[in-house]
Amino acid sequence: MDVTIRVKRQDPEAPTGEGRMPYWQDYPITIADNATVLDALIQIREDDDGTLSLRCSCRSSICGSCAMRINGHAGLACKTIANTMVQDGVITVEPAGVMPVVKDLVVNFDLFWEKIEAVDPYLKHAGQEPEGEYIVSNEAMLHLSGVTACIMCGACVSDCTVLEVDPTFLGPAALAKAYRFTADPRDGDGDGVSMERLWGLSEPTGIWDCTRCNECVQVCPKGVAPMDRIMAMRDQAIQQGYDNNNGARHTDAFTESVGHSGRLDELRLPIKSVGGFANMPALMSYMPVAFRAMRRGKMPPIAHKNVENVEAVRRIFQRTEPEPPAPRVSINSPFG
Amino acid sequence: MPEDLQHDVLVVGAGLAGMRAAIAARASGANTAIISKVHPVRSHSNAAQGGINAALLDRGDDWEDHAYDTIKGSDFLGDQDAIEVMCRQAGASLIDMEHMGVTFNRDDDGRLGTRAFGGQRRARTFFVGDFTGQALLHVMFEQLIKSGVRRYEEWFVTSLIMEDGQVAGVTALEIRTGELHLIRAKSVIFCTGGCGRLFEPSTNALIVTGDGMGLVYNAGGQLMDMEMVQYHPTTLAGSGVLISEAARGEGAYLRDKNGHRFMEKYAPNMMELASRDVVSRAEQTEINAGNGIDGCVLLDCTHLGQALIMEKLSQIREIGIDLAGADMIREPIPIRPGMHYIMGGIKTNIDGLTNIGGVYAAGECANVSVHGGNRLGANSLLDTIVFGERAGNHASDATRAMDFMEFDVAATLARERRRIQEMMDRPENGDRWSAIRRDMGESMNRNVAVFRNEEGIEETISDLHDLRRRYENVPVHNKGKTFNTDLVFALELGYMLDCADTIAVGALERRESRGAQFRTDYPDRNDEEWLHHIVLTKGDAGPAISELPVTITQWTPEERKY
Repeated sequence: MDVTIRVKRQDPEAPTGEGRMPYWQDYPITIADNATVLDALIQIREDDDGTLSLRCSCRSSICGSCAMRINGHAGLACKTIANTMVQDGVITVEPAGVMPVVKDLVVNFDLFWEKIEAVDPYLKHAGQEPEGEYIVSNEAMLHLSGVTACIMCGACVSDCTVLEVDPTFLGPAALAKAYRFTADPRDGDGDGVSMERLWGLSEPTGIWDCTRCNECVQVCPKGVAPMDRIMAMRDQAIQQGYDNNNGARHTDAFTESVGHSGRLDELRLPIKSVGGFANMPALMSYMPVAFRAMRRGKMPPIAHKNVENVEAVRRIFQRTEPEPPAPRVSINSPFG
Repeated sequence: MPEDLQHDVLVVGAGLAGMRAAIAARASGANTAIISKVHPVRSHSNAAQGGINAALLDRGDDWEDHAYDTIKGSDFLGDQDAIEVMCRQAGASLIDMEHMGVTFNRDDDGRLGTRAFGGQRRARTFFVGDFTGQALLHVMFEQLIKSGVRRYEEWFVTSLIMEDGQVAGVTALEIRTGELHLIRAKSVIFCTGGCGRLFEPSTNALIVTGDGMGLVYNAGGQLMDMEMVQYHPTTLAGSGVLISEAARGEGAYLRDKNGHRFMEKYAPNMMELASRDVVSRAEQTEINAGNGIDGCVLLDCTHLGQALIMEKLSQIREIGIDLAGADMIREPIPIRPGMHYIMGGIKTNIDGLTNIGGVYAAGECANVSVHGGNRLGANSLLDTIVFGERAGNHASDATRAMDFMEFDVAATLARERRRIQEMMDRPENGDRWSAIRRDMGESMNRNVAVFRNEEGIEETISDLHDLRRRYENVPVHNKGKTFNTDLVFALELGYMLDCADTIAVGALERRESRGAQFRTDYPDRNDEEWLHHIVLTKGDAGPAISELPVTITQWTPEERKY
């Protein structure tokens, strides 16, 4: 198969400032029909251009080295069959996003690992370890293995729409890693509850800063579904009583408003989210937004009205509400 | 002025063995650092899929049974004292890993679950789905973070510094910046993995280039049993990517083109779960006899059912779909024997110490020897954590009474900078590293594979001579400093050529068939003449050969049948 691999390159050592800017280079090559995008890049590196830099190693989706943007979306080059990606004879390859480029397709992972380290990424068990193995259910371990299957490739971080604008967010990879502990019956106290972790994760930069855009779920090559894990930790945190924060209050206020009137009360939602009128500084910080909204005629109505047939909505809520929150991962504590 | 880098214990390589060694050395008080050419979680320990062996006493298993299976698997070339150490320690090391947080699959009672694996009479392989190595590696990295060991990530060791026969440190290239550094160390533990990329194809990751073996060999170390190269029975055609033995452990069949389970001819008792050398030879025999399809036989999982495959074999199913376009739930997948592991390596004692003062080795790059002529599946992960820990502990203890070796740091660093600069400055018209590596890999895979004979091995030895001449002029096309992988690959190729020499010379020397070494011109095992290790040291005209006895404690060599 003849194809052009269009690579976004960057060389920090280029002699002029302009030369150091990213540029596109086309590599017209012939590859096997079942070749992966990585096979194509390796062929370029080996046969055509030794100056092309990229990371890769295992060729079988387990080492996590070769995450990059292929036709605009993050993925593993070794898991992507080239002939499924050709558009007008071209496959576009760029370095992963969010992280700064070192050279060509190689990005700097320092911030990625700092965030992983920030969640204390190791099992913390309060009390004595058992002599033999911990006795836990297979279901609990299989559930966790769905998360420990994460290979830290950075695809989710690359395409995270929050990290793109807010580098302080812990991000999908680190939060999925955190969930791997908060859902582990061996972590935390004797009942497997990781109180300290959930408290920390409820702080700003943590679980409440995700905007639920679902990009991380889409691009993860291992089915880890980081966003779903973040949502599960929100449930865990609220269940443990960590509801005194904007995120948890926002969730409550949102549910309450829709459940009561059938629509969102956009005026009261932010007030309730920050903790009511007691939190004047936070409310004051909304004033510029409120003035701009007013000037443009986008101020929500002061008098909030119910939707027609609100009873139907309330019935839906009544029918779904009594369900208790999803139980934590099943635990057979060795401590009784 | 760069800071003065020095450590009591410096571990080279951050896979399972390396991280285990570093954590142990740090825990027993040594100033410890770990250096790796890739980030630790990119290491090749990731690729171990099937599991880790241990005989747990409270399951009614016995370490002596595990030891016997290992010794028989090794075709009696493994040193029995070392195998005893490994099998006795296995249970405790396994439970350690579980306590660290590995998400091992469980049985119905919530205890660690097992699966059957090749060459063993009972199921003692503990596992995390079909990505056990990755699960262990990431947990070990968590512990490394916790330990506070200093990490030099994406640093590539270019030379081992020796002073009066004792190790004094290493020089290393910081890949991101292109800076060359010198790190002084009282002891250096090599955990650099195998050298599989000198074969083409191979299941091994592209980073598996025999760096540690090459460095130690060039410093006067001993490489032992290098001819013992494992061909794994189930690798995908084309890329050569691994399909775990776990498939057969869970009950998959091997079939020829007529659907016949041919293993009944070769191993009527163990069938598909005979040891790897036996199964690979059987497959190659069938393929050579025209009973395969396009150079492959078939791995049939269709009778295992979707539920089992999704729970226990989901990752290899993905690989089959991604790379072979076949879903093993619905159809058999084409597989063939492929180069996978090297039993040989740097000769060490049971504490990881080599014949060079202060130099240790553990994991695949080492040869303790616990695998002898053929490694059992799921013994490699065990090897890494048991002997990684022992090497770390011993190195830490030993350095307490030692001082750093005195030498001219500036001159040593300048000399190494010159050597690398000369390489960078070579004219661009020579053959590239990639062409030389491909030719080497094809020659090795043609003549030093499942079946070998004198004529073929000699052809490869002659090829290697030519390749080394070409290597002397290998150019580096990338002249920059930042993340210059072109330079790293050119340096790695030198290590690979050293390893290839010793493999070919070892294979020619051993005029018998034992374990993974099958000589069609000497088809029988010959204990009288060849029940010993072949040791290779660097000589003036290639590897010099000597021998060491095999340690036998309580298991007398006997005929090997499965």
